[in-house]
Amino acid sequence: MFKYILKRLAMGVVVVFVIATITFWLSRALPGGPFDRDKPLNPIIIENLNKKYNLDRPVAEQYIDYMVDVAQFDFGPSYFYENETVNDYIDRCFPVSLVLGIGAMIVAILLGIPAGVISALKQNGWQDNIIKILTTVLVSLPNFVIASALMYFIGYKLRLLPVALWGTPQQAIMPTLALAAYPLSYITKMMKSSMLEVMNSDYIRTAKAKGASNFLIVYKHALKNAVLPVITVVGPMFAGIITGSLVVEKLFAIPGLGEQFTKSIFNRDYPMIMGLTIFYSILLIAATLIVDVVYALVDPRIKLGKESKE
Amino acid sequence: MSKLLEVNNLSTSFFTKFGEVKAVNNISFDLEPGQVLAIVGESGSGKSVTSMSVMRLVAKGGKIVNGSIMFDGKDLAKLSEKEMSKIRGKEISMIFQDPMTCLNPVFTIGNQMEESLKLHFKGMTASERHTKMLDMMEKVGLSNPEERLKQYPHELSGGMRQRIMIAMSLLCGPKLLIADEPTTALDVTIQAQIMDLMRDLSEELNTAIILITHDLGVVASIADRVNVMYCGEIVESAPVKDLYYKPLHPYTWGLLKALPRLDMKENELQPIPGSTPDLLLEQKGCPFFDRCDHAMECCRDGKPPIYEVEKGHFAKCWRYHPEFKEEQ
Ligand SMILES: Nc1ncnc2c1ncn2[C@@H]1O[C@H](COP(=O)(O)OP(=O)(O)O)[C@@H](O)[C@H]1O
Ligand SMILES: [Mg+2]
Repeated sequence: MFKYILKRLAMGVVVVFVIATITFWLSRALPGGPFDRDKPLNPIIIENLNKKYNLDRPVAEQYIDYMVDVAQFDFGPSYFYENETVNDYIDRCFPVSLVLGIGAMIVAILLGIPAGVISALKQNGWQDNIIKILTTVLVSLPNFVIASALMYFIGYKLRLLPVALWGTPQQAIMPTLALAAYPLSYITKMMKSSMLEVMNSDYIRTAKAKGASNFLIVYKHALKNAVLPVITVVGPMFAGIITGSLVVEKLFAIPGLGEQFTKSIFNRDYPMIMGLTIFYSILLIAATLIVDVVYALVDPRIKLGKESKE
Repeated sequence: MSKLLEVNNLSTSFFTKFGEVKAVNNISFDLEPGQVLAIVGESGSGKSVTSMSVMRLVAKGGKIVNGSIMFDGKDLAKLSEKEMSKIRGKEISMIFQDPMTCLNPVFTIGNQMEESLKLHFKGMTASERHTKMLDMMEKVGLSNPEERLKQYPHELSGGMRQRIMIAMSLLCGPKLLIADEPTTALDVTIQAQIMDLMRDLSEELNTAIILITHDLGVVASIADRVNVMYCGEIVESAPVKDLYYKPLHPYTWGLLKALPRLDMKENELQPIPGSTPDLLLEQKGCPFFDRCDHAMECCRDGKPPIYEVEKGHFAKCWRYHPEFKEEQ
């Protein structure tokens, strides 16, 4: 297991290296320089800027410098914010996005798994019907619509929660819910179909024939099996929430990483774009690795790093 | 001797959107303690539904619509779910066709075996349970039982898993073991081993067995009695010897003819032509009428009653009507 994790980490490093290389060369290949403005700057200023950021040196040299920096997790200065580096930005904004993402994921898992189980056990009962309607609605609404609806009704009409900004736990509730809606519905649906399948399996019949109670059958024999396919989607889902939170962050005026990402694209802030891209890929690689390890811990049939027997 | 199990006029139906499927249609049979009863018939004849009815575990949509299942003085058809769960696994236990899928893949063998004991012997200590499990695993011929307990199902072969299933089913000392096609998914050599094992354990522990199979061939060595099922009905019932030497029902003749014999080439096997009728349709006459080489006029129009042709040997066929004379 330990060896396998090391191997995966090494592979992750290679992947990050490739991604860093591609983003670097892509950014250089794009037409237009980083200091092009609607109203052109004085050429002397541009020259000085190029000098300041070492853009006057040969590209190959720049590339090597950049890779050496990235290897030390140094993504360099921002071209747009004079006094801040990309790292400063990640340090400041990522914790916000992370808290938001983890919160949404916890809500999605803690509500989605029981909802899916209930839906499966009471298939076609009123509980199932309510859950079916809710999940269908939540899956089809984009999260900014949900966010706006929450802001309008709960924040503005009922005045139960603050409408925007970040800092207090109350301010976190609505954006977390808005972000959780889609993964919540997805996990619910997945859990339901997985649970239905498991409840029809031979080993559940065996458990019944042993005289096990319904409770034991559902919570011991079925749940652990039914949750396996859900585990596999949690990693990519989490990464998706973190990277996809920009609209919600923008709506609630939350200073998260998602918002920064869009801004940097408009600003042609190359080091920021590259830095965030690499940072996100590291996040994704870590998330998938964690999921694979958790899966192996739950399912004894999976032996990490070995070919499966069956 | 007093009966262990008496099934009387049992009918179990599935209520589907196409109508009522009479999977088990008015069957009666009984079983003495320690006896081995085989239920034989083509697939779809209602064998599994019969056993699931006795366990009261008929799948969703299915229901016992009539009859009684007397077991040890209680009518299982009338027990509450709670009372029934005390009988399942303790008094009556069951093993199934596919040992590959019948054990829970994410729990160890030990965990799953111990669960039965925990469920039915609340006062037992952990070390007593452990001893009992090891003891039973030895009985079913599993080597390294200590080690097996810590293994997961996927680490064992099919034969070993079926031995585990047998050990697990016998742990609580049931009076009746229902084995639904226990060897169908196994290699031929292992089939014979498992059958021998079941027979030996049945004798040693005085456990009655209902052995369900579609293969008359495996029955001879183990069963005391055989019920032949067709279309949800028992069409012939006899002591095992009589069934082989003097089969009465044309359907049984067909089943016996379909058996491979040593003096036979592979392509000489003769399956019974035709297929089982649609259970959704009401049968006016004998359900085997369409496929029977010996069918008569009366077979189409009326269901034959069951005749006791010789002592203990029953057949549901018009040929055994007192007025029937074979026109030879
Ligand atoms: N879940 C079900 N829903 C509807 N019909 C069923 C169901 N299970 C069994 N049946 C019907 O009962 C008949 C007998 O099935 P079964 O007892 O499983 O046969 P076998 O003798 O092969 O064990 C089948 O032919 C089928 O028509
Ligand atoms: Mg069957």
